[in-house]
Amino acid sequence: MSDTTANGGRESALLRFLWKTVKLLATVALTFLGLLLATFLIGRVVPVDPVLAVIGDRAPQSVYDRVYVELGLDRPLYEQFWLYLEKVFTGDFGQSFLTKRDIVDDIRRVFPATLELATVAILIGTLFGIPLGVWAAVRQGRFADQFVRVFGLIGYSAPIFWLGLLGLLVFYARLHWVAGPGRIDIAYEYSITAKTGLLLLDSAMQGEWDAFKNVFSHIILPASLLGYFSMAYISRMTRSFMLNELAQEYVTTARVKGVPEWRIIWVHALGNAAVPLVTVVALSYANLLEGSVLTETVFAWPGLGQYLTNSLQNADMNAVLGGTLVIGAIFVGLNLLSDLLYNLLDPRVRRHA
Amino acid sequence: MTVLSRREWLLSDRPASRRQARLGQVYRTWLGFRSNWLAMVGLAIVLTLILVAAFADVIAPYDPVVGGDLRTERFLPPFTDGHILGTDDLSRDIFSRIVHGSRLTLMVVVLVAVIATPIGLLVGTTAGYFGRWVDVTLMRITDIFLAFPRLILALAFVAALGPGIENAIIAIAITSWPPYARLARAETLTIRDSDFINAARLQGASSARILWGHITPLCLSSVIIRVTLDMAGIILTAAGLGFLGLGAQPPQPEWGAMIAAGRRFLIDQWWVATMPGIAIFIVSLGFNLLGDGLRDVLDPKARK
Repeated sequence: MSDTTANGGRESALLRFLWKTVKLLATVALTFLGLLLATFLIGRVVPVDPVLAVIGDRAPQSVYDRVYVELGLDRPLYEQFWLYLEKVFTGDFGQSFLTKRDIVDDIRRVFPATLELATVAILIGTLFGIPLGVWAAVRQGRFADQFVRVFGLIGYSAPIFWLGLLGLLVFYARLHWVAGPGRIDIAYEYSITAKTGLLLLDSAMQGEWDAFKNVFSHIILPASLLGYFSMAYISRMTRSFMLNELAQEYVTTARVKGVPEWRIIWVHALGNAAVPLVTVVALSYANLLEGSVLTETVFAWPGLGQYLTNSLQNADMNAVLGGTLVIGAIFVGLNLLSDLLYNLLDPRVRRHA
Repeated sequence: MTVLSRREWLLSDRPASRRQARLGQVYRTWLGFRSNWLAMVGLAIVLTLILVAAFADVIAPYDPVVGGDLRTERFLPPFTDGHILGTDDLSRDIFSRIVHGSRLTLMVVVLVAVIATPIGLLVGTTAGYFGRWVDVTLMRITDIFLAFPRLILALAFVAALGPGIENAIIAIAITSWPPYARLARAETLTIRDSDFINAARLQGASSARILWGHITPLCLSSVIIRVTLDMAGIILTAAGLGFLGLGAQPPQPEWGAMIAAGRRFLIDQWWVATMPGIAIFIVSLGFNLLGDGLRDVLDPKARK
């Protein structure tokens, strides 16, 4: 008897979990559709004539009319949107006006650079941000707390492109500690074959340690800067989660039991704060995409951000919208991922789902 | 009864009028705010910004757009006679440009706040008050806007509208209202079923009247704190757009655009790009400190 209810309980819990996942996916699908609608509408209001972008401004009227119909511009707006959807889902974002290549290929080419930069940055941000946040929470209201707060506030307040320029001026031009703009020196560019597109990984796997060093000295400055910005956010959130946990009764109980303080802080409290922290880290990873647009411009980093700004400055709307869409999709994806992780990791959410 | 001092009158725990109670509340908040010295620094910075913007013509010793002698006054380093922050490639006094740029910064912040706050309030309170499909529809739209990183969406909008400071302001406003809508909705949900709203409804008040006259004022304070907290972000986004050449156009002395212009001379004439960056940094730090302090005072829950 009790066996069946337990079973039934588990089944309905599973069902609820599934239902929640389905609902979440439906929301994401809807959001994604909205994203597409937004880029579509932005593309329609641009003052650039899409026909002229294809044929140039010297083609005769007959060619113009033919392309006009081919692009579906004579049809009503909702049919145009449908056409746009069909194209996007078959991976056709159109051609870049600038590079004359498919946008998808362009994005695939530049994406690993951004991924590498953002990943190193989030590693730096997490490795420094979490301990700083814990430190601030433990020393609440004291010097350490104020220090972490001001340190974070500076990160929130400084324009990242300006810090990047200053960093280049000081650490590259004056002190020669790091390599300059770009991902790798030309001398090393052909010593490694691109497999993953992540140069740190590629050079390490191929045992090219000189190239690895070079790549590292290129990436460390922009990644530290980006990492600093996510660190500011991560440390602030860690602090507030930790304060929450340290005020709980189980902490008092553990203290009474005589558990050493470091264990209470780093194992008990941080262990419980870790679940919401996963969400925070995932979100800051997504926010790095935004910071990367400006950072990549400053450091001539051949990634998605630079591609986007380059296309913008040359009024290459297909590329701009393609890039915007990809970044939006990654953003939505990471948000979804953080939601799912949260559901998966937190036993309370799992049970009450 | 003796005549009370102004302070005692404000702090009285038995206010005689609604006005006294309200002023007393404001005074207590101010006392709490004043004890936070970081917040006071923020307030001082923001007030300075406003004053500098108002008296830019008096403060700036030179014209922000027309430079001096191109043969002798280019790239003068900081602390040269008469040019405290040096001059740029067109012999313009950097200090004067920064002072005049404060007007653009202030304009961006104020206009974005004035455009985005009402949109957020309207969408949020409407969604929260009517519920059901209105809520679902409006919140879906809000989520879509939240699904883009802010700068990227602003970039796409500016690309569509064309570069310029007005379009940058519109783009930033379009991308900043969703959080306010969410906040206003959450506040509305908590007060929508309270007795005084029901009483107003029973007296025959229209939905518009309830929304505007009863719900919006109650959502206002938390939304305003949120807007203040966002102002630093707004300044940074505007500067970023300016840096990418999509915001204010030269020769306007916009700080982000000035950094972009100074970038070419970074190695040898470092001050051209550095000085406007310091201005951006100080101002957005000021807004951050002010917003933090306001939140601490007005929202005791967040204070830990």
